Amino acid sequence: MSEVFGIPTQALFGQLAIGVINGSFYALMSLGLAVIFGLLNVINFAHGAQYMMGAFCAWIALTYLGLNYWFALVLVPLTVGITGMLVERFLLRRIKKLDPVYGLLLTFGIALLIEGAFRQGFGASGLPYAIPELLQGRQNLGFMFLPNYRAWVIVMSLSVCITTWFAIEKTKLGSYLRAATENAPLVQSFGVRVPRMMTITYGFGVALAAFAGVMAAPIYQVSSSMGTSTIIVVFAVVVIGGMGSIAGAILSGFALGLAEGLTKVIYPEASSTVIFLIMALVLLVKPAGLFGRGA
Amino acid sequence: MNEPLPCVPALDIRGLHAWYGESNALHGIDLQVGRGEIATLIGRNGAGKTTTLRSIMGLVGRREGSIRYMGKELIGNSPDEVARQGIGYCPEERGIFSSLSVDENLLLPPIIKPGGMSIEEIHKLFPNLLERRYSQGTRLSGGEQQMLAIGRILRTGADLLLLDEPTEGLAPVIVQQIGAAINVLKARGFTILLVEQNFRFAAKVSDRLFVVEQGAVVDSFNRDEISDAKTVGQIHDYLSV
Repeated sequence: MSEVFGIPTQALFGQLAIGVINGSFYALMSLGLAVIFGLLNVINFAHGAQYMMGAFCAWIALTYLGLNYWFALVLVPLTVGITGMLVERFLLRRIKKLDPVYGLLLTFGIALLIEGAFRQGFGASGLPYAIPELLQGRQNLGFMFLPNYRAWVIVMSLSVCITTWFAIEKTKLGSYLRAATENAPLVQSFGVRVPRMMTITYGFGVALAAFAGVMAAPIYQVSSSMGTSTIIVVFAVVVIGGMGSIAGAILSGFALGLAEGLTKVIYPEASSTVIFLIMALVLLVKPAGLFGRGA
Repeated sequence: MNEPLPCVPALDIRGLHAWYGESNALHGIDLQVGRGEIATLIGRNGAGKTTTLRSIMGLVGRREGSIRYMGKELIGNSPDEVARQGIGYCPEERGIFSSLSVDENLLLPPIIKPGGMSIEEIHKLFPNLLERRYSQGTRLSGGEQQMLAIGRILRTGADLLLLDEPTEGLAPVIVQQIGAAINVLKARGFTILLVEQNFRFAAKVSDRLFVVEQGAVVDSFNRDEISDAKTVGQIHDYLSV
């Protein structure tokens, strides 16, 4: 048994594994986007830049401060998340009452500024980031070899996604977020400090992007343009899953990573467009996305 | 016509103006509600009753004038600050959250000060909320949703309740149940500012009626006057189109 549907199993499983890895990043990032969009009604175009910031901060921490991957994994999302909170507090809050398109434009501008600054400071070419010693090597699964670091990425992404989902859907704090996503003024009129909640939520979404960035650093090269290519796909993922749906963002992140991987084996030419094709089809059938709540 | 209030009013609104964007919705509302009283705003659709409640909460675009609750000025406060002065708001559309269960809806508003009702007391007042505690909030019937919308602001410690048309669209038997609940709340010492289109309901529960027309209070009646046939005719004139 070395072929399935005429495809060598090695290649099939290899691409599916890559699909799940990409899906792990899509899920983390679309989750952040969905949480932010749900509460703030902002389409955070800076999400890709904030992901890139995560990867870069990990690289800077290692190169200049001597802080290794494990420190970066905790400190970088925290730091980048705080910059996100400042952006919300001093920029996004000012345009809260305007049409949502202003939020999109503002975050798009912020993305250009961040990317420009990193290109200016560190050049346009990719910088290498070594896989931490503990996670080097690979496992023989019988049907394929799985590098330890990639397994780690899948496990971490899944745990962060599931923890976030649980926190939002099943806890008291999450019920505030769900309620405010539906009707923020009413929740505020119950005495909840909704503006502060918005700042923290934006910071959290940005921290998720930065976390994805740190995890991506050893896999992809660290470069100022790494966010731009990712964010377009992630937006498609969010549109397919349904804006503002937490479970939808996570599930469609992994599913579309897989779909992409599968296409790479079956019809490689379409692998970079398949997600957008699915997006078009989903929009035709369910304009609110697969998991979106009505109109 | 307007008897002096027995003591310093709990809620004291003077010259309240409010705007939605550029349009001026309130043109100087004046009203006082004594502590433990039930006061009702009546008037035609679009007169400004709902806007008055929303203005008290700070949910309008802009407002001017004076809103004092227990002597504290609220005009510059954000909705969450108003709520934390001890004011509970039940909106006209009820505002039940569909992504929350009945229990989650009930427990959502944070406790702002001690002295609120316990969950057991609220369940005793509205037994349906106990039976259907795990249902999705918006799966409840209209009457049950109304009970939930009122119930959830009773445990926060708020002592002034703003209830916007709690009987709207409900069957007579449910209206009776809501009326009984309001009487229980009054006996428990809550101050209530009600908005009602249903005059018969308002007349039964209110200590004081304020007639709102074109964004201003044009007349008011106290409890003894409400039962008087002449005043009833007068009020019906106000409400008729």
